[in-house]
Amino acid sequence: MDNGFVLEKLKARFGEGSIESSVFRDELTVVLPKEIIVEVCRFLKEESQLEFDLLADLCGIDMYTPVKRFGVIYNLYSLKNKHRLRLKTFVEEEDPKLPTVTTVWGTANWHERETYDMFGVVFEGHPDLRRVYMPDEFEYFPLRKDFPLMGIPGSIPLPKK
Amino acid sequence: MDTRTEEVSRKSKILQALEDQNTSVTFDDPLENDMILNMGPQHPATHGVLRLLIRLDGETVIGCVPEVGYLHRGYEKLAENCTYHEFIPHTDRLDYLSPLNNNTAYALAVEKLLGIEAPPRAQYIRVMISELARISSHLMFLGSLAMDVGALTVWMWAFREREKEYDLFENIAGARFTTSYTRIGGLAQDVTPQTLAMVKKFIDEFPGYLEECERLLNKNRIFIGRTDGIGIISKEKAMDLGLTGPGLRACGVGHDLRRANPYLVYKDLDFAIPVYEGGDTLARYYVRMDEMKESAKIVQQVLEKMPAGEVHALKPKKVLPRKERVYTKMEELIHDFMLVNFGVAPPVGEIYSAVEAPKGELGFYIYSHGEGSPWRLKIRSPSFVNLQSLTTMMMGAMISDVVAIIGSLDPVMGEADK
Repeated sequence: MDNGFVLEKLKARFGEGSIESSVFRDELTVVLPKEIIVEVCRFLKEESQLEFDLLADLCGIDMYTPVKRFGVIYNLYSLKNKHRLRLKTFVEEEDPKLPTVTTVWGTANWHERETYDMFGVVFEGHPDLRRVYMPDEFEYFPLRKDFPLMGIPGSIPLPKK
Repeated sequence: MDTRTEEVSRKSKILQALEDQNTSVTFDDPLENDMILNMGPQHPATHGVLRLLIRLDGETVIGCVPEVGYLHRGYEKLAENCTYHEFIPHTDRLDYLSPLNNNTAYALAVEKLLGIEAPPRAQYIRVMISELARISSHLMFLGSLAMDVGALTVWMWAFREREKEYDLFENIAGARFTTSYTRIGGLAQDVTPQTLAMVKKFIDEFPGYLEECERLLNKNRIFIGRTDGIGIISKEKAMDLGLTGPGLRACGVGHDLRRANPYLVYKDLDFAIPVYEGGDTLARYYVRMDEMKESAKIVQQVLEKMPAGEVHALKPKKVLPRKERVYTKMEELIHDFMLVNFGVAPPVGEIYSAVEAPKGELGFYIYSHGEGSPWRLKIRSPSFVNLQSLTTMMMGAMISDVVAIIGSLDPVMGEADK
């Protein structure tokens, strides 16, 4: 299986218009609108010739641009075909919401919690969307580019006595 | 009062008591209550600062919520603010039981982004140190699992071997624990023939010592009783939860990145991928024991096949030049200055590169804007993902099995918390 085959399959199923793609260092990145992300993931996992059965990684990225500020990146792996594929989708700063893929891969649970914790991207339909690293009372999202490296003094409250 | 409101009031009583830090909670009917046990973050059997909230019915675990984040140091944020070279020492502190493996994984990721490759000798040395680190990490697993279920001798014996390995690491990298040995496009320094002779001696003797440990455990009724059939996870569930590494191979899935997507020189080496079907703690123990033997085999082959030559790629604008040349040549001085002050500037793009670390798939996702430091660096740490499957493994286990299951998963919190 190669990148061209995966892309062809995706385009045949979801149409040319909604899919952008690029190849860098032999890795295929497919950019999709967030509305169809769950559908695409399920298709990639269940289609018999693709079988991307392992969600290797899911993470966020802050592009720090006025539009399409936050990206969510899905690194998929197919155990059978030993092939990797990267999906990418963007959300706006004012409305950082997209549907969860925990219904497709259970492992997305903690990854999405981490992405929420670090970027404030909300995954709708997530069973347990809490912060995973930072304390629950923390008000900021540390991996956003406008969060300073040194942190914000006083932002982590001391435990109540 | 109906049962629903009774339950609510009871729950709030526990919560209130916890908040007030009042430890003497009394119930009217203690037998009808589930107990919540808070284990960790400071608990010797959780192997670091892992916190578990365990719901118990008598002695049976009926629910388990792992909580992580007590060792969160924000390495991903730090990475965005230092050059690619400067981040190498931070990778030591991820999985601190096999720092050489993380060094290699990170160097490979950045090299993939830059489009360069280390010379053959460096690649062989990287395989050697990765496998030595795998042995060291699995020895830690062996010792701690055995100790968790009550066999103290194995802990001592495993640590005796690890001590020898740390001496090797000191000879190879100059440090026992925080090695920072790889560089982008090569290694910090070549290994000396004396060090290779030490590695050879260690790897010749090691299988014999490992067998001694096996003799203590493999037919030990207590050890088998404490691990056989404990913490079972099915193949489908493991794949759904993204379990990788020995945990996945103990469920009958023969997935190993060294074989599936060979990196470095693994495709030229002969080794087996141990796979077991049980999916329980004992199977995970067997997988790791066999992996150590395979790693020893790999190191033997590396020692035989290792070519002579440079350990640095000759890419002047991407790889740090040798110090003696920096002091004597103008061009190298300029390159050194540029690389140290502004960092190596990769092209605009994004890559995901993964290696088979002792705990599973260790991946680095790097998004580059063409600057000296990454725009985004995501560490896909195996321990973080593997810990998710703890809930499934714990269901129905006894309270005394909890430590054995954590031990069999072998999480390292430095890596899980990043």
